[in-house]
Amino acid sequence: MFATFMIDQLDALMLARIQFAFVISWHIVFPAFTIGLASFLAVLEYRWLKTGEPIYAEVYKHWVKIFAVVFGMGVVSGVVMSYQFGTNWAVFSDKAGNVIGPLLAYEVLTAFFLEASFLGIMLFGWGRVSKRMHFASTAIVAVGTLMSAFWILSANSFMQTPQGFMVGADGLLYPTDWLEVIFNPSFPYRFAHMVTAAFLTTAFVIGGIGAYYIQSKKHPEHRKHGRVMLGMAMIMAIFVAPAQVLIGDMHGLNTLEHQPAKVAAMEGLWENERGAPLVLFAIPDQEAQKNHYEVKIPYLSGLILTHSLDGEVKGLKNWAPEDRPYVPIVFWSFRVMVGIGTLMVLVGLFSLYKYFKKQQFDPESKWFHRLWMMMTPLGFIALLAGWFVTETGRQPWTVYGVIRTAESMSPVAAQQVATTLIGFIVLYIVVFGAGSFYILRLIAHGPQPYEDPAEDNFYEHSVTEGQGRTLSGDSHASDKTKQDSAEDIDKPANDKEDGGLR
Amino acid sequence: MFNYGDVLDLPLIWGGLIALSVFVYVLLDGFDLGCGILFPFAGSDKNRSRMMNSIAPFWDGNETWLVLGGGGLFAAFPVAYGIIMTGLYLPVTFMLFGLIMRGVAFEFRFKASAHRYVWDFFFFIGSVVAAFSQGVMLGALVQGLEASNRLYSGGPFDWVTPFAMVCGVALIIGYALLGSTWLIIKTEHTLQVWARKVSSWILSALVLAMVVVTIFMYFSDIKALEGWFSFPRVIYLAPMPIIVLLLFYFMRKDLNTEREYRPFLLTVALFLMGYIGVCSALFPYIVPYQMTIYEAAAADTSLSFMLIGAVIMLPIILSYTAFAYYTFKGKTDHEHMY
Repeated sequence: MFATFMIDQLDALMLARIQFAFVISWHIVFPAFTIGLASFLAVLEYRWLKTGEPIYAEVYKHWVKIFAVVFGMGVVSGVVMSYQFGTNWAVFSDKAGNVIGPLLAYEVLTAFFLEASFLGIMLFGWGRVSKRMHFASTAIVAVGTLMSAFWILSANSFMQTPQGFMVGADGLLYPTDWLEVIFNPSFPYRFAHMVTAAFLTTAFVIGGIGAYYIQSKKHPEHRKHGRVMLGMAMIMAIFVAPAQVLIGDMHGLNTLEHQPAKVAAMEGLWENERGAPLVLFAIPDQEAQKNHYEVKIPYLSGLILTHSLDGEVKGLKNWAPEDRPYVPIVFWSFRVMVGIGTLMVLVGLFSLYKYFKKQQFDPESKWFHRLWMMMTPLGFIALLAGWFVTETGRQPWTVYGVIRTAESMSPVAAQQVATTLIGFIVLYIVVFGAGSFYILRLIAHGPQPYEDPAEDNFYEHSVTEGQGRTLSGDSHASDKTKQDSAEDIDKPANDKEDGGLR
Repeated sequence: MFNYGDVLDLPLIWGGLIALSVFVYVLLDGFDLGCGILFPFAGSDKNRSRMMNSIAPFWDGNETWLVLGGGGLFAAFPVAYGIIMTGLYLPVTFMLFGLIMRGVAFEFRFKASAHRYVWDFFFFIGSVVAAFSQGVMLGALVQGLEASNRLYSGGPFDWVTPFAMVCGVALIIGYALLGSTWLIIKTEHTLQVWARKVSSWILSALVLAMVVVTIFMYFSDIKALEGWFSFPRVIYLAPMPIIVLLLFYFMRKDLNTEREYRPFLLTVALFLMGYIGVCSALFPYIVPYQMTIYEAAAADTSLSFMLIGAVIMLPIILSYTAFAYYTFKGKTDHEHMY
């Protein structure tokens, strides 16, 4: 019934766009979180190796569980992405494949395998490999996440600001200079902006949960872990949040140069203006080509964008109506992103003030900690809003100025797209809903005490009983094991014993 | 920039590399999907935990080969990628649904306490759906896709044929055998005894499935047969049925002895025979019977640029994959591992 409704209301193109937006929006949350978490974990483990303080190992082992859940969800939602281009966007794949394809192939070759293989060691190798090797695995996973971001953002940036290619007589794109393709004009800014966003988003999650452990009456024993988390997050908020404002500004200027229509939509400007005002609030009207209920600050937008009081900013009317992005989404997403970014800077300043007053970990600073807790999910919202700005702002093109979205789609019927879209919606809500629930439960459970095993009880801490056996498998399994596996056939499950939460 | 098109047969090299990565995927994800297919039948919850622990450190890396297969196809043969994915729209999506369901079960199962059975079920169903969809995709490809003007031109349900369904079931059985022989390596005592027992049943089922697939193939007038019976390919392929029979014979024998590694390796060899059969039937087509690898190849500059990456990275990838498998060698336990 829902499917029929969707098919009646929307054409195949719109459904395919919604499907892509839906699966990519879910997906991007996970890699962004893992980019931040992997680096956070690498720093934690480094501090543990350096200081030998068990608290860092405890915090590490706590967050690595959450990391595993997030990473798992990132993998499964990511496999979907590598097939979306073919199922729904075959024409785009055909036309742009020569250029985009190799970038994605490089992502798989240089990043995905690296992450996947060392993730196994990172999650399951504690006690099986040396501490140094384990730290190396964590660090390699962290580097892998960044390399992955490098290639995928290069591909995305090419679609925003394409260069280093030519269009052949057959209408396909042919690469002429790979360095120009990879390092296209918007790539350095987008890469810096996205990685910083991932770090900030993660930092605010970690800080928020740290603040929760400090405040919560249920977690008196986790207060010291909370301090480590909040302390590290505060450093990010104090230094990186302002840096992000700067990077974002530079990214915006770059967009003004290469995609002025997007900036006009972000600012909600319809006419060319000298000394353009900053529109704080408005309801943009795509049909009437104007804003309703505008609240604006004179000159400010022109000042930000041109760095002068009378610089000209181009309005949306410079482009034919069919060449304009859908303004309300771009306009409002942009405000959400900037609003949250500003809030992060303010929280950073507040943290700095608390730090100088030495009250940052004081349980009496209730409002300070509550503020951090409130900030926990906001990074994700800002992240998604930012992607909405840049992706909706690219419309009506898939490759800006070269391939139109309307000309990119596969020859598939609306019914197929609608049915699979519903499938994705149901499955994602169930699966990722459960994932979020388990993450919350891990957080509620809190970090567990950790004692550094002495070097020689290596085997006791290893995950298999068969360590040290020969390749042919002739073993000397302990009696405990024999008994263990003999008795449990067809016995009702016992979760505590069977490796539930530990 | 970078163009080796004059000195190398790039489409052939890339066709080979993609075929290789698909095969590696089939083997690696094959055994972990196989564990999922056998999951409900393992007798006890602890045994299920052991099965899962035997594959948990690897499944992510295994699935990356599927991404390489998909991403590589996109990069090396963009137009073929578009046609195949559009043509197999529904089976591809069902496969993804299956992979999602089973993929999250790895993490969720050990986190759930009261609702563990939900994720056990997800793991099983997801594995079966993914395996079946892959078999259907294979069958549909062997039957061929319609295409015109560089786009898929068939209907959304062209893949629904008896032959494709039989292939789907056959692949479930094949993966189950990879899974059960993998478990012989990774487990001990009762679970290993059980794995040996089911391996011999599944082996019989696989023989049956192969016979049925062949019969269906013969009667559904598939162009692939022309590929096989063309000269000189028929001569190279002639010994294959004999090799397959020998493999069956050794495997049957091994399952009654103490051997742990050879049944798995023999299963791999069986898959290799089947895969050679499929590849030799389809070659040189990438979109079966419509478009050859030469017609569908990406620009030489693109293939050359990627080749540099592949030549450097593939040996590195294989070596650290081997390192990961080496790190987790030995038998698995039912304890949650971190």
